[in-house]
Amino acid sequence: MSFLSYLIKGISLGSVYSIIALGYTMVYGIAKMLNFAHGDIIMIGGFVIFTITSTLGLNPFLAVLLSILLCTLLGVVIERIAYKPLRNATSLAVLITAIGVSYFLQNIALLIFGADTKSFTSVITVPPLKLVGGNLAISGETLVTIPLCIIIMVALTTFVKKSKTGRGMTAVSEDKEAAILMGVNVNRTITITFAIGSALAAVASALMFSSYPSLSSTSGAMPGIKAFVAAVFGGIGSIPGAMIGGILLGVIEILSRAYISSQLADAIVFFVLILVLLVKPTGILGKKIQEKV
Amino acid sequence: MAMLSVKNLGISFGGLRAVDSFNITIEKGELYGLIGPNGAGKTTCFNLLTGVYKPDTGKILLDGVDITGRNTMEINQAGIARTFQNIRLFKNLSVLDNVKIGLHNSYKYSTAAGILRLPSYFKTEKMMKERAYDILKVFGLEKEAALLSANLPYGKQRKLEIARALATNPKLLLLDEPAAGMNPSETEELMETITLIRKKYDVTILLIEHDMKLVSGICEKIFVLNFGTELANGLPQEVLHNPEVIKAYLGE
Amino acid sequence: MKNTAKKQMSKSTRSNLIMTGAIVLVYIVSQIMIAGGAMSNLMKGLLVPLCYYSILAVSLNLTVGILGELSLGHAGFMCIGAFTSAFFSKATVSVITNAGVRFTLAILIGACAAALFGGLIGTVVLRLQGDYLAIVTLAFGEIIKNVVNALFIGIDSNGIHFSMKDAMALNLSEDGKIIVNGPRGITGTPKDATFTIAALLLILTFVIVTNLVNSRSGRAIMAIRDNRIAAESVGIHITKYKILAFTISAALAGVAGVLYAHNISTLIAAPKNFGYNMSIMILVFVVLGGIGNLKGSVIAAVVLTMLPEYLRFMQDYRMLIYAVILIVMMIFNWNPKCITWRKNHSLQGYFARLTKKTKKEA
Repeated sequence: MSFLSYLIKGISLGSVYSIIALGYTMVYGIAKMLNFAHGDIIMIGGFVIFTITSTLGLNPFLAVLLSILLCTLLGVVIERIAYKPLRNATSLAVLITAIGVSYFLQNIALLIFGADTKSFTSVITVPPLKLVGGNLAISGETLVTIPLCIIIMVALTTFVKKSKTGRGMTAVSEDKEAAILMGVNVNRTITITFAIGSALAAVASALMFSSYPSLSSTSGAMPGIKAFVAAVFGGIGSIPGAMIGGILLGVIEILSRAYISSQLADAIVFFVLILVLLVKPTGILGKKIQEKV
Repeated sequence: MAMLSVKNLGISFGGLRAVDSFNITIEKGELYGLIGPNGAGKTTCFNLLTGVYKPDTGKILLDGVDITGRNTMEINQAGIARTFQNIRLFKNLSVLDNVKIGLHNSYKYSTAAGILRLPSYFKTEKMMKERAYDILKVFGLEKEAALLSANLPYGKQRKLEIARALATNPKLLLLDEPAAGMNPSETEELMETITLIRKKYDVTILLIEHDMKLVSGICEKIFVLNFGTELANGLPQEVLHNPEVIKAYLGE
Repeated sequence: MKNTAKKQMSKSTRSNLIMTGAIVLVYIVSQIMIAGGAMSNLMKGLLVPLCYYSILAVSLNLTVGILGELSLGHAGFMCIGAFTSAFFSKATVSVITNAGVRFTLAILIGACAAALFGGLIGTVVLRLQGDYLAIVTLAFGEIIKNVVNALFIGIDSNGIHFSMKDAMALNLSEDGKIIVNGPRGITGTPKDATFTIAALLLILTFVIVTNLVNSRSGRAIMAIRDNRIAAESVGIHITKYKILAFTISAALAGVAGVLYAHNISTLIAAPKNFGYNMSIMILVFVVLGGIGNLKGSVIAAVVLTMLPEYLRFMQDYRMLIYAVILIVMMIFNWNPKCITWRKNHSLQGYFARLTKKTKKEA
């Protein structure tokens, strides 16, 4: 029974990683950059919810809504100020800037909220489910997280396939110049991509901190990196890939934590990354893109 | 023995057969032209010959040695050098250094000798510098030696790329659209330079070009590629008047 | 032609001489100030750190600016150099009584250990594309720190004992001593790092990297940075030179680690000295001084190390300022609008316009 319960926990954590990974994979596919600061937006989202619920004592649902709003705004502002000016820079320069943004967010949070770890109150009021005569307990958070992840995935895939903006996003990710020639507003498309990614990060943060309630200025970095590994694992640039990668990674992490060692679990996640990059760099669902010579 | 002997070379990308049944024989010292409409697969052939892509079918023999399946570095060391359609210079290095890199495998000294500034460093660097200048002089670039290669005008950048390729002391030189973007007088100059380096460096040349004046002006033989496969192959006067060839370029 | 030949050969020599001269000058002035009691304790305590931070910046610039790859785990190599050398020094403090000999060996050991890890990690990591390489080096930096933090090593008459669990598991005999004590690190390393040695090592580092850059191998490394595909096409062995640059960079970071370890009494693999924050700080030195600009790395390292000690504001908001520096420097260097602004307002531009005017008038 414990294996099943770990498995479910892993799928739940993996669902959170999937939602975060979506942000990475979309931005990577469309803006062709690795948004190092994505994980830290999750942290900010968590702090926003925390502040609103704990300090201001407002309705958690409202807090999540406000968090989504603020994170979306933050993502757009970051894109406009830090990334847009560097559209034609080398990838090294963009990466350094992204690291700068990430570091900035971490230290702003550190300054405002201090170094001590905060205890996050779960925003999910769904009671846990007891199955198999009480032997298997599924937390309320898990009951919300997994279906929500599926809904988001379906909604996003539909949006990308059916809506005009969504198709524009696909076009930009395949060939920016051609998309411009076809009348796609690239700037707007990229901004919307960041907005969606950041909104999803806020949702992910509500789910994640509800299940794992310790919150500090560096709480977003590790999940961010793991979600990145998930995105690569599933195939960077692929939306279904983000889901598969996320779930698989979540399961690997929880099972490693349970059966091998808690400390080594993180290292194992990294070795998954290295293995994938060395064996099949395009990931499970990724397409092999030939560098034009 | 031919300098380059290619038999039945081919490659597919996904479902598309980009190059198929590519057969060509180039004798030592020949100047061969490779022409064809856009998208015919000419650069793909270059990429196959230089190990950028591994062919699915066929064999490549360079001066009798089978180099099929080798990687780019090995192929260059075996004796093929190339230039690129979109110029690939080392933008942050000087003109002279770009050529010096071409001399990397001809003039060697250990890393340690370089760091410790042993006598071999000074001796070899001096020889490298002289040889690099010699090559630059052939292309009329010696005055710009200290200039950053990114700051060269376009035409000179193309020449520098050829100079760098030549510095690797190749048996076979592949030029990918060397006259692209050049005006008629620059093209004239390029034709003279190519003729000069043929003589001076005893090098076999295969060049891709769209400029028919250059092709008919200096190429001894022409290979026409269309849809990844051979359309015609032979002497310029035959190939360029071949109705199939004309149709391929101009349509019906 | 002869003049150009002379100028090009001594470009690196000139650079080396200027930097060596500057460091020697600073050294002499410092010694005079110390002798005359004119140097504060604060400043005295900064002398060796200034040297190892400069070494860290120059060595990272080799990877970031010369090879063109972003390594976020540089602190990990510093950590390896620090702990291997400290272990050696402590273990042999009664056996090798000559501090000079012992410290020289410690430096070599630290450098070699870091080089070894640099080579091993490089073989795996350098095949990866830029963004992935950054994250993987970040991961390795953290892993190294975490492993060292969980390491217990003791010595007794039976030899060396290892454990990853705790000190008890070492099963040391009565006469044994614990040298590496897990999270409590290594205490009591002999403070062999003097300003003299540190300054010498800095000069050596600078000369090594400058000479490397201005040599055949350096050109190959920069060619890989500028255009990997073109470098392959002229017969350069990409992996070999990538690993070479990365390993030398790691070795020098190890040397910095040796200086660090022999300048403090307690050596701990804590996040603030060997983790992400340290790797970022060194990156900021490199970025501020100019990616690819070795002299700039030294200057930036010195300025950014000293400033927080004297400016309260800088100390409180230090990391925030680092973040802003990274963002601003990149935008300043790469945004087309900024590039145009710089071109229009450059000193060379003004001078050229001035001479044009005088030419016209003439």
